Order: sequence, then structure tokens, then C-alpha cells
Amino acid sequence: MYCHNPDTIATSGGTEYDIEALVKRAVNMKSYFGKFGGVTVSGGEPLLQAKALIPLFQRLKEEGIHTNIDTNGRLLNHFTTELLDDYSDLVMLDIKHMTEAGFEALTGAKNKETTFNFAKHREASGKPMWLRYVLLPGITNTPELLHQLGNYFKDYKTIEKIELQPYHKLGVHKWKALGWKYELDEVQENTPEEIEQAVTILKDYFKEVKVN
Amino acid sequence: MKVAAFKNGIWNDTINVRDFVQKNISPYHGTHEFLRGPSSKTEKLWEICKQATQEERENNGVRAVDIDTISGVSAFKAGYIDKENEVIVGLQTDVLLKRAMKPFGGYKVVQKALGEHGLAPSNTISDLFEKYVKTHNDGVFDAYTTEIKKFRSLGFLTGLPDNYARGRVIGDYRRLALYGIDTLIDVKKTDLEAIEGPMTDKVIRLREEVAEQIKSLKEMLQMGTYYGLDLSRPAQNAQEAVQWTYMAYLAAVKEQDGAAMSLGNVSSFLDIFIEKDLEAGLITEAEAQEYIDQFVMKLRMVRHLRMAAYDDIFAGDPTWVTEAIGGMFSDGRTKVTKSSFRFLHTLYNLGPSPEPNLTVLWSERLPQNFKDFCAKVSIDTSSIQFENDELMRTSRGSDDYGIACCVSFQDLGKHIQFFGARTNLAKTLLLAINGGRCENTGKLMVEGIPEYTQDILDIDTVMTNFRIAMKEVARVYNDSMNIIHYMHDKYYYEKAQMALIDTNPKVNIAYGIAGLSIVADSLSAIKHAKVTPIRNEEGLTVDFKIEGEFPAYGNDDDRVDSLAANAVADFNDELKKLAVYKDAEPTMSVLTITSNVVYGKKTGATPDGRKKGVPFAPGANPMHGRDTHGAIASLNSVAKINYLDSLDGISNTFSIVPKSLGASDEDRISNLATTLDGYFARDAQHLNVNVFNRDTLIDAMEHPENHPQLTIRVSGYAVNFIRLTKEQQLEVITRSFHESM
Repeated sequence: MYCHNPDTIATSGGTEYDIEALVKRAVNMKSYFGKFGGVTVSGGEPLLQAKALIPLFQRLKEEGIHTNIDTNGRLLNHFTTELLDDYSDLVMLDIKHMTEAGFEALTGAKNKETTFNFAKHREASGKPMWLRYVLLPGITNTPELLHQLGNYFKDYKTIEKIELQPYHKLGVHKWKALGWKYELDEVQENTPEEIEQAVTILKDYFKEVKVN
Repeated sequence: MKVAAFKNGIWNDTINVRDFVQKNISPYHGTHEFLRGPSSKTEKLWEICKQATQEERENNGVRAVDIDTISGVSAFKAGYIDKENEVIVGLQTDVLLKRAMKPFGGYKVVQKALGEHGLAPSNTISDLFEKYVKTHNDGVFDAYTTEIKKFRSLGFLTGLPDNYARGRVIGDYRRLALYGIDTLIDVKKTDLEAIEGPMTDKVIRLREEVAEQIKSLKEMLQMGTYYGLDLSRPAQNAQEAVQWTYMAYLAAVKEQDGAAMSLGNVSSFLDIFIEKDLEAGLITEAEAQEYIDQFVMKLRMVRHLRMAAYDDIFAGDPTWVTEAIGGMFSDGRTKVTKSSFRFLHTLYNLGPSPEPNLTVLWSERLPQNFKDFCAKVSIDTSSIQFENDELMRTSRGSDDYGIACCVSFQDLGKHIQFFGARTNLAKTLLLAINGGRCENTGKLMVEGIPEYTQDILDIDTVMTNFRIAMKEVARVYNDSMNIIHYMHDKYYYEKAQMALIDTNPKVNIAYGIAGLSIVADSLSAIKHAKVTPIRNEEGLTVDFKIEGEFPAYGNDDDRVDSLAANAVADFNDELKKLAVYKDAEPTMSVLTITSNVVYGKKTGATPDGRKKGVPFAPGANPMHGRDTHGAIASLNSVAKINYLDSLDGISNTFSIVPKSLGASDEDRISNLATTLDGYFARDAQHLNVNVFNRDTLIDAMEHPENHPQLTIRVSGYAVNFIRLTKEQQLEVITRSFHESM
């Protein structure tokens, strides 16, 4: 129902790139990465291309480049687990909603559990993960839901931080440009107090809470 | 007050400021938290200055001019902003923002500049300069050949310093504070004694120059007395060190009106005096900041009398008081001190400003706290630029250097340069496909290039002809430079600045090129697409039909970036073959200032698809809108131009919208610092950084009153945006604003 890059949702179209061309672009940017930079694959849902990402990430690792997947974790198969376990230095996992009903309302899909299984899988691998969570006023930012989120993940050792994304309308024009109906028109942006409240609640559960 | 005890060294026996700094500096690795706000005295003075600059803008850019006095080191009695609040004193004339006539560069320019404000020089002065006194400009035009005049008037050579001061020389202004005038005179007298026969031109000239320098030092002494200062002796405390250094700089800008009158690298030198006084409990941090704030305020008030046409080339009334901050010593220690922070902090205490042109000498090894602070200042003010200290220090062999103008290395006190403006490389390329004729007028400029007879442009033929054109243009360019600098020495020698530089310093000549991205993209189009010239009845190209795709410079694509790098190397090689006046070493820059607009105006349509009259990209920048692969790809393309082929500097101006640098302040600071590390690790030389949204500029165009201090980096310098012409403002707005990394 929302996405900052709706133009990347489509599973057909786009431009095909040769893996070596992508690796070269990354290598040419290596000097700019500093201590924290690297390659992040994002979307849409990058795991839909997990099979093709394996050789890309393999090559990036050979070049000493940090790899990261920005995903909603809704695909768990042998391609995604291989990509995750062997080649991904970091996973940024987007938690849409803590309830099945809420999850379905936002995504139109019923597989909330896959995201949670994905998190479990990553936790078991012992490799770092960040959570990302969009604060939608009245939909995901209630204290009850935030405590639920915190309680669920509080014992995870691989979660380095949670990033909160306050809902904004910067992407609305993209939806309109794509000729789609934007269903969250009624939802307001967060007040500073609402953001502060979310941070205060989640600080008790996570090592680091960051507002983007 | 007691004299601070410094660590001794060879600086005690010879003039050697570097040794003094090296032995006495206190490198600083901490954060910016020690910094203090402006004092009430500073605030009062700045209010007066802001009022005065507003009056200046309202009065067609000039607040007042003295029409009776020929400016010189001791020509004007003391002037003050508000004496009781000034801890650092001295103005160019007797009144704030009153401009002075400096007619030795060219009297006609002074007349014209005054005429544009309904004024004229006094009768005495017009009598002198019309009947008796010869100027630099008169000398140059006596010697110019018909060929040079043709290249100049048709726009192949533009902005030549042939009717005003050449600038770019940086006096080592620290010397006055460290040694005092008596010692400096003694040393110059000894030098003069040692310059002996046989009396060749060279020896006679040098003897005369040193004698002039000694006279100028005596004038500086006189200027000091107007302000009650005894400049005969070294500075004895922090306040005096700042004051003495400023007096030395003031002498330079009273005498000369060069486009670029850089300051050098005074901040860490002054820090030594400040640290001593702080340690002894003689001053507080607030007072230390007050000295720097007031010094910088004075530097912001430097003005020269210019005619309106000057604004086409150097827009916004710049003075290039370039101060190089930071960098590393060759021994691995950092040159960053608390005063490096204090200078940058003036952009908060007094608000953003184009002057002084604060230039951070960047190294990956700079203290992280300083890097972060620089990034923060850059993001908050868009007023500073960055240059690659590792690259310059190691390839030029000095760790005590300043930046002349925008991007030009100068070993302080040991090395000067002759400013050479620039030649139009895009027009030079058009000579190659027009049989050596000017594309606009049909005049034959270069012989030996055959008329192009095929329909479609062929890269090999074009390159062969382009090389002939480059060779010939370089020859004429070199001829003009030799005349200009011979005459400048003869009629407008920088005696005050040269008094603060070693006798007989090393010289390099600073050639330059404009239109690099146009040349690269044109060659790329010819090579990778199909380009057919459309010619008029005289056979001159008026437009080009381009079929097919071609890679554009600015996208990290070697197929075209190599064409840019080779064009720079080829033209530089041609220039290096030619002998220069005073045996100067030839160097070249890729820098345009704001002349990219006027160069574009004078250039016909080009094979890259650019239409006649459209502005070039500034400096070494990719053409607006053609660098479509993100900020880093654009930076990488520029980084491929080899500094060793362009030792006078490679200017890149970069604009990015805040949100693409990061979501939070912390992220933006970290990402900008990392980007600078990344860019300079690829041996790039220079980066101007602007961080804002295009909307801010559009709003400033519509409501200038709301943005009196909005500062933007243009090409090696910064300007007060609202002082640009409408045309220049629009050009800046059309530049690429990177919305992704």
C-alpha cells in the first residue's frame, strides 16, 4: 500500500545488466565506501532475483566489498538461504506489521510468518541484521504494537539496530505517475511527539534505535 | 607583556616561516566544542559592515570611490569601521568599502569603471596618466602582434591580465609578524649586495626589483604608523601576530588589484601565538576567536574597482582572499590546529560568505573530528572548498603551501606564478573541422589545416587537425603570456608582495583551458556516433547532425573519459615545448571561474550537440545534465584527469541535494567526509561542494532580500548568489544537482 520506490515493484521490465559491469561499477566506487559503505540491493523485493544475486555477491565478496540486502523477507528457499548465509554481510529486514490482519491490510498478502521465519533463520546464522519499521500513524505506531515488536525481537542477538522510517508522502507523486491509486491519502505524517514516543518505547528493547 | 619563548631552529638565522611553524605548532585532534560565539564588539562591527554592503548593492555595486588618490601601500591615512570596537585595525582606504584607483595596470579600465558610476579621475590624475605615465596595459598593446589581437578579440584567448593586475602572487604575509620590517629590510639589503655583474638584463632587473621591495617595506612601516603600530619589530603576542599579518596583506591589496589576491596559510601560524597567550593566561578563547573573527571580517571587506565587463569573467565581485586550512606535514603530523577550526567557525559567527575563500587541504589522515567539522561547515554554508593535500604535497614537494586563486599550488615565500587566464579549447577543436578558420567569422586563424571535405566527421582526421590547431593556439597563447608578464614586471611590479618572498623565487606560468567537457563529448560523438556537420555557404559549421548514441563525460565511462584526459595531456604537452619569460615552468589548469558563460557565448555549435552560444560547463565539470549515473560516477570521471598534466589545478564544482547525502545530519556529515576521502583517494585535485535544493536558489532569485548572505561555490571560488547577474544565476540553476550518489 506504500513504497518509496513504487517504480521498482514490477517484476517485468527494467534494464538487464551484466554481472561484471555491475561489479566494475562497485569497484570504481570502493574508495568512497569508507568504513561502512558497500553494495546494497534493494527494490521492490530483491530476493525475487536471489538466484542471480548469488554470483553477483560472490564476485563482490572477492573484491572485498561489503554486501547488504534490503528485504521484506517474504521469500525463504534454498536460493535465498544460500545468498543470506554465504554472501550477505548484512540484512536489513523490513517488518511491515506485527499482526496478521495488519500485515495483510498493508501488503495484500497473508504470509507474515515468512518474514518472521526469515528473521529466525538469520538469527540462527549469527550474522548481523538491522530491522526497519515504517511508522504509519494509527496503523503501525501505536504503543501496543511497538511493545509487541520489541517483545518479539528483544532476545535476538544479531539485531544491531532498528531503523524507524517516519511515514512521508515524498513518494506519492511516483504512485500517481504510475497511474496507481494511492490508498493512504488520508494518513497524516508523524508529529515529532509521535516519533519521540516510538523511540522511547523501542529503546528498552533494542541496542540502537535510529530515526531516518 | 612578555615575549613568548618559541622553540628555536633555522628560522632564527634565515627567513624560514615553515621551520618556525614546524617547530612550534600544536596539532589539534579534538572536537569543535571549544569554539566561542562572536563578541559583542564583533557583532557591532558586523552590523555596520552588513549595512555598508547593503548600501553598496543599492548603489549599483559601489559604495564610494576615491577619485583623487592613486592607491599604494601608504597612500591612505587610517580608516576604521568603528574604532572603539576594533581589535584588529586597517582598511584599504580611509573609509569602509570606499574603493581606490589602481591605475598602473591600465588607466583606461579605471576611467571606464569610474565612468560607469558617473565619475571620472581628478584632473591631476587624468593629466598624469594621459600625458606622462605609462601603464602595463599601454606596454602590452605596444608589443602585441596582430595575430595575438585577433585571437583575443575573437574569443580564442579570454580574460588575459593585460589591463589590470595579474594577481596570483601570494606574499608570505606571516613574515611580517615573525620577523618585523627591520629584519626583512636587512635581509633584502644583503640579497641586493650579493646580486653582482656582469650586468645582463636579468641581473639588472633583479637588482631593480629588490631595491623596489626595500622601498615598499619602508612604506609598510609608514602605513603602520598611521594606525599607531610599530611594524619594525616582530609581533609579540597573539593580537599583534594577527594584526601584523593583516597589515602585510593589506599592503598587497592597497597596491595591487589582481583578480586573485590569496592570503596563503596563516591560520596555523597564528595559532602558535594564540596558544602561547592562552597558555600564559593572557587571553581567553573568546578573545582568540574575536581576533580571528575581526581579521576575517576585514578580509570580507576587501574591494577593488572593476568595470562592469569584468563581471562576465569573474562574477559577483570576488577578491579570492584564499586561505588554505589544514593539511599534513611531510613528517606525518597534521597541520590542523584549533585556529583551523576558528577560521571555519567565522562562517557561523559572521554567517556564510564567499570571502575569504576558505580552502581545506584534505587528507585521509586528517583528524576525524576536523574532517567531520569541515563536512558540517560545508553542508551548513556551501562556502568552502576542498583540495587534495596528499596529491599536491607529494607531487610538488612542499608541505608549506597556499592556494593561489582557486586551485593553484604555491610554495609560500619561495615560489610565485604568472597568471595566464585561459584559452578556449572547444573553439580550438572547431578550427580543426573548419580548415583553421574561426567558425563565427570565417577569419583564418591557423594555417596548415586542410578544409574538411568529407560529409561525416572521421575521428582520425579530426584528431590530426586538432593537434595542429592545438599547437598553433599554444604558440600564440605563449606569445601573449610572455608579453603580458614582461610588461607587468616593468610597469606594475608587485613590490610589496615580492618583499615578503625570497629574492629570485621559482616561477611557474599558469596557462588554462576552458571547454574540456565540450571537447571530450564532441570527440566521443565523432568516434562513437555518426556526426555530420551542417555548413553555411562559406563552408563554416553552423550545426551538427548526430545519429546514434555516444558516451558522455561524467559517467565513469573510460571510452569518453580517456578522451578528456588525453586532450588535457596533449595541450599541456604543446605548452611545455615553449620557452617562457623569466624561465618560468609551464603549468596548466582546467578552470573557468564564471567565464564558462562568456566562452560559451563566443563559441559556435559543437559536435556534441551543444548549440551556438550555450554556456560551457565550468572548469573540469561534465556538461550540465549529461552526468546521469549519479554523483560518484561524475566524480570518478573528473578524477581521471591526471594532475601531472594539469599542475595548475583541476576544478570540479559539485552540487548535491541534502537528502541524497543522508537522512540525518550525522549521516550527511559522515557521507560527505567519506565521499571526499573516496574522491581524493582517486587522485582528484579539487572539489567545490554545494549542498542545497534548487528551490532555494529559485527563491533567492525571486526574493533576494530574504537571502542576503546566501553563498554558493561556483568554480574555484564562492559568490554571494544575489550578486550574480540573472544570466549567471540561471546558468547555476541549470547545473546538475545530484539527487543520487
